[in-house]
Amino acid sequence: MLTFLNHFINGISLGSIYAIIALGYTMVYGIAKMLNFAHGDVIMVGAYVCFFAVSTYNLPPIVGVLLAIVICTLLGVIIEGLAYKPLRQATSLAVLITAIGVSYFLQNAAQLLWTSNPKIFPNMFGGASIKLFGGELIIPVGTLVTIAACIVIMIGLTLFTNMTKMGKAMRACSEDKGAAQLMGINVNRTISVTFAIGAALAAIAGVLLCSAYPSLVPTTGSMPGIKAFTAAVFGGIGSIPGALLGGILLGIIEIFAGAYISTQLSNAIVFLVLILVLLIKPTGLLGKQIREKV
Amino acid sequence: MLKVNNINVYYGSIHAIKDVSFEVHPGEIVTLIGANGAGKSTILQTVSGLLRSKGGSIEFLDSDLSSVPAHKIVAEGLAHVPEGRRIFLQMTVEDNLIMGAYTRPNSEINESIANVYKHFPRLKERRKQIAGTLSGGEQQMLAMGRAMMSKPKLLMLDEPSMGLSPILVQEIFDIIKELHESGTTILLVEQNAQMALSVADRAYVLESGKIVLTGTGAELIESDEIKKAYLGG
Ligand SMILES: Nc1ncnc2c1ncn2[C@@H]1O[C@H](COP(=O)(O)OP(=O)(O)OP(=O)(O)O)[C@@H](O)[C@H]1O
Ligand SMILES: [Mg+2]
Repeated sequence: MLTFLNHFINGISLGSIYAIIALGYTMVYGIAKMLNFAHGDVIMVGAYVCFFAVSTYNLPPIVGVLLAIVICTLLGVIIEGLAYKPLRQATSLAVLITAIGVSYFLQNAAQLLWTSNPKIFPNMFGGASIKLFGGELIIPVGTLVTIAACIVIMIGLTLFTNMTKMGKAMRACSEDKGAAQLMGINVNRTISVTFAIGAALAAIAGVLLCSAYPSLVPTTGSMPGIKAFTAAVFGGIGSIPGALLGGILLGIIEIFAGAYISTQLSNAIVFLVLILVLLIKPTGLLGKQIREKV
Repeated sequence: MLKVNNINVYYGSIHAIKDVSFEVHPGEIVTLIGANGAGKSTILQTVSGLLRSKGGSIEFLDSDLSSVPAHKIVAEGLAHVPEGRRIFLQMTVEDNLIMGAYTRPNSEINESIANVYKHFPRLKERRKQIAGTLSGGEQQMLAMGRAMMSKPKLLMLDEPSMGLSPILVQEIFDIIKELHESGTTILLVEQNAQMALSVADRAYVLESGKIVLTGTGAELIESDEIKKAYLGG
């Protein structure tokens, strides 16, 4: 029973990381209607920035996190401005190929700058843990912080998109860019802001991910990136609650499949579940389709 | 107030608008009528910056709009209710109205919302409803209300009667007259030529991207050409 509970908590924690990454995918998809395949690699850059800040320059972990957020935010805006903005009128295939190109560019640049030798990510939470049931269930503080971060981000983004003018403008742009322009909304700026938010979240996810799985290499971001993308589709791409639900479910499925079925097959099982969900509900769990009245 | 000079608009190699010029004076209701595909919507989209003209000019209140980005045009006092309404279907009625006032100071928004609800009491009853669940007529009211939120000096309406029952068409036209009486200049695009000509001060008739006829509403409603082509008689 305690092992089950332990797996469950680990599943939610891993799922929280997926959810935070999936939010970036889903928000960018919602507004720019593109799959930003480089999103996973921004995670990796965030993790490296935090690594160097904390391990090399001995800065406090919180400063490392903040630096990672700032640099990734800038990186997200620069990627959007240089690589995607010129392709606003291009076919979605051209944009997708560019995104894959940006992804490889970031990985190769990281390899060149930091080599492919794994870096051991510092423990951001000092290895502290909470003991329950007379010490039989040990929950690392990092796990709890990860779950808490996901909840805070989720609430924050929901409030932002529903209550603020900028957040509403984002929703307007994601529905109809032409109509949004007629309202006076600067669509290009709104897309930039969305990329900035997605990249900031990627930085946070990178730090949390590497705190849980401390081996950092230039390809660290790609598998979690693909899984988070899966989570976003699973929950219903474009939907913020969908990203949360998809991410958490994916984390739980992955941990349980690894624990009770087979570690080797856990990824295959994750994707199998995705395919089944999409067969039954093509828009994902919370994906919605409102049809226009004529 | 609005002076469009020799605009030419292309979709790829299709020459959709050919040397079109027209004017709207302050306080007028001007209508652009024409058959399907004549180019009416293309002209409105060009005026509001969503499409660009090759050459020519679009003067509005002493400024040239032809190179102003689309999102800066509404702040100049020009609002556009596009064809097919294009309200934000997944947002509430009230959020749609708030988007309409995007360029205006927050302090003035509540007053403008109250003004829209005065013209459209039905929107007030449905303020928290998701716009996609409104009926077609209510969606048209929302599209007009949203445009009013920017306090436009010139309001451009693209087929506001499309898909509505005769009673609703009457209701929408009554509101257009109300808006006009409260000081808004109106550029109205319609296929319902009868309706449009009956409220318009002046009209332009468009055929295959060219203006072929112009006159006062009363003149055109009596003209044989118009009767034959658009009024079914
Ligand atoms: N996006 C587009 N791509 C290519 N051609 C277009 C496009 N939009 C419009 N056209 C063409 O331009 C011409 C004018 O279209 P427009 O929509 O302005 O006509 P309209 O007068 O508004 O017609 P309707 O009364 O049916 O709304 C048509 O021949 C149309 O086929
Ligand atoms: Mg049209």
